[in-house]
Amino acid sequence: MKRTPFIRHSGKIAVLPVDNIDTDQIIPSREMKTVGRTGLADGLFAGWRYVSADDRTPNPDFVLNDPEHSDATILVAGENFGCGSSREHAVWALFEYGIRVIIARSFGDIFFNNCLRNGILPIRLSPEKTDRIMALTRDTTFVIDLPEQQLHFGDSAVRFDISAYGKRLLVEGLDPIDLTLKSFEQIRHFHREDETLRPWIYRAVH
Amino acid sequence: MSSKPQTLFDKLWASHRIGSAGDGADLIAIDRILLHERTGGVALKMLAETGHAVHAPSRVFAIMDHIVSYRADRAADDARSPGGEVFIRETRNMAQYAGIHLIDSNDPRQGIVHVIAPELGIAIPGASLVCPDSHTCSLGALGALAWGIGSSEAEHAMATGALRVNPPPQMRITIHGELPEGTGAKDLALHIIAQHGASGGKRCAVEYAGSTVENLSVEERLTLCNLAVEFSAFTAIIRPDDKVFEYVEGRPFSPAQEYAHRAAEQWMALETDEHAEFDYELSIDASQVVPLVSWGTSPAQSSAIHTPISQKADSRAMAYMGLEPGAPLAGLRIDGAFIGSCTNGRLSDLRSAAKILAGQKVASHVHAVCVPGSQQVKRQAEAEGLDIIFKSAGFEWGAPGCAMCFYAGGITFPPDARVISSTNRNFEGRQGPRVRTHLASPATVAASAVAGMIAQSESSKPEIDA
Repeated sequence: MKRTPFIRHSGKIAVLPVDNIDTDQIIPSREMKTVGRTGLADGLFAGWRYVSADDRTPNPDFVLNDPEHSDATILVAGENFGCGSSREHAVWALFEYGIRVIIARSFGDIFFNNCLRNGILPIRLSPEKTDRIMALTRDTTFVIDLPEQQLHFGDSAVRFDISAYGKRLLVEGLDPIDLTLKSFEQIRHFHREDETLRPWIYRAVH
Repeated sequence: MSSKPQTLFDKLWASHRIGSAGDGADLIAIDRILLHERTGGVALKMLAETGHAVHAPSRVFAIMDHIVSYRADRAADDARSPGGEVFIRETRNMAQYAGIHLIDSNDPRQGIVHVIAPELGIAIPGASLVCPDSHTCSLGALGALAWGIGSSEAEHAMATGALRVNPPPQMRITIHGELPEGTGAKDLALHIIAQHGASGGKRCAVEYAGSTVENLSVEERLTLCNLAVEFSAFTAIIRPDDKVFEYVEGRPFSPAQEYAHRAAEQWMALETDEHAEFDYELSIDASQVVPLVSWGTSPAQSSAIHTPISQKADSRAMAYMGLEPGAPLAGLRIDGAFIGSCTNGRLSDLRSAAKILAGQKVASHVHAVCVPGSQQVKRQAEAEGLDIIFKSAGFEWGAPGCAMCFYAGGITFPPDARVISSTNRNFEGRQGPRVRTHLASPATVAASAVAGMIAQSESSKPEIDA
């Protein structure tokens, strides 16, 4: 399935200055109500965003409820963002809400991979650079140029790293399955050879 | 020319490496794919919609565990979360459509995926296994290459029989010394995370080694490996030994008799060579482990129950947990107690709790629930009369599944309730909105349920109070 390519993005930031924001916070399990990838944006950060689980009154203390941040498309967080449960719904909810870029000191592994597969650009930056960005005023506009791997804000430009593969998935909007299926003959060949070495893996699975 | 010494992980990786996938990553063959109803239905549906077939359906298993009701008399579609039935039905329908194995809610083989994968011989030494669940690292306890993935990666593995993975860095944690009486694998795992932090695993494949690990039972090893993801490890593995070979023998999906000898030969070679190098090495003295209870909202925030919580403790976590620095955990009144989960829902876990509960009553203000990790664990526990002990003590005795380990909507503990739990995550809201979770071993949970407050079992109390 082809996705919308991610090439350049410009937008505003919302800062969540907390470490270890886990996927249970990004989308609580109770908010995963349909068998699909949509209908999740309302549940994004539900535990923080609303005053209580049953009452959907916005919690005024939560950054995305601040009118000046309601159009933010870039999240900035601390260490280990997206740790915990592997639920891909966390990424689907962020995307549906409108988030396109997440800047953090580090990410949960599974979450990071899920981002690349779903059109969200995860950017790892050093603690110093992350702190510098966190300290910026809310109306600073960020421009992210993925082919150039540059993050522009105010008079500054910061280079970020991303794997060539991750970049390709995002820039070309590719489906990783289609990419891998190009090597399907190689995979089949491996399976055939491996079956002679480890037949119990392939046979007698009743 | 002698070849470079290899780690256990290197060997597992090499035996599944199809080739380079460019950019430093490898294409890794996937032997077994496990799905559950929370995301399995979505993955199978997306696959069908995009026109991809399941490459090897006989090696894919769909299991109902995440949101099935834990009521003892549940019907096959009963969910513990409102509207959850659609996930169960969709996963069942899509599994039948795709022709993969289906282990339904009330199948005698049903249970939490990481509990039944070893029980049924789906997880075996030397196999690669993935599941869209972060606690898949548990299965490394059998010497398998097992890790948690996202659900679109599960689609990828089903469609192609392979995954594109960057080889992770490697860490060996060598553990020596005897675990003190009254402590177990859960305390050991929390001890490691508390000492080295929730990011201490540095995205590594972590090999647990040393005499303490060798002395752990297979079930205890599963508990130790289960918590690797809370340590930010890519996964965990343990060298498979005779205990594992005996454990695996004769299980429904284990290698057929005709292959048993060849399989055993290969499995014996699954060990780290002498002088093999790791990116990181840690060493742990098991004799220093004490019963631990978490006080905060990360498993790393755990301490001995009589130790006052540090004045420097994370204030956000303290506020959420309703705690003041300087006070110990011991004696804090609890409202709930839960025993179960892929961390501590196996027979040995229930036995250790039952030992404490025998002839005792849960404090009247405590809502206590025990949910065996699988139908097999439940049957075995009932054959030993453990259910009678739990029920007589005042525990609810539920039907197998993830149950109260995570909140999915529906009935749970009320806001601000303080719960002691044999699970793996104490994140904000994990067991329900504003519910305060304290992680502990099944023995500590049982002792606390009886005391009505955070307490440890008699056998683990230090002889002299310092």
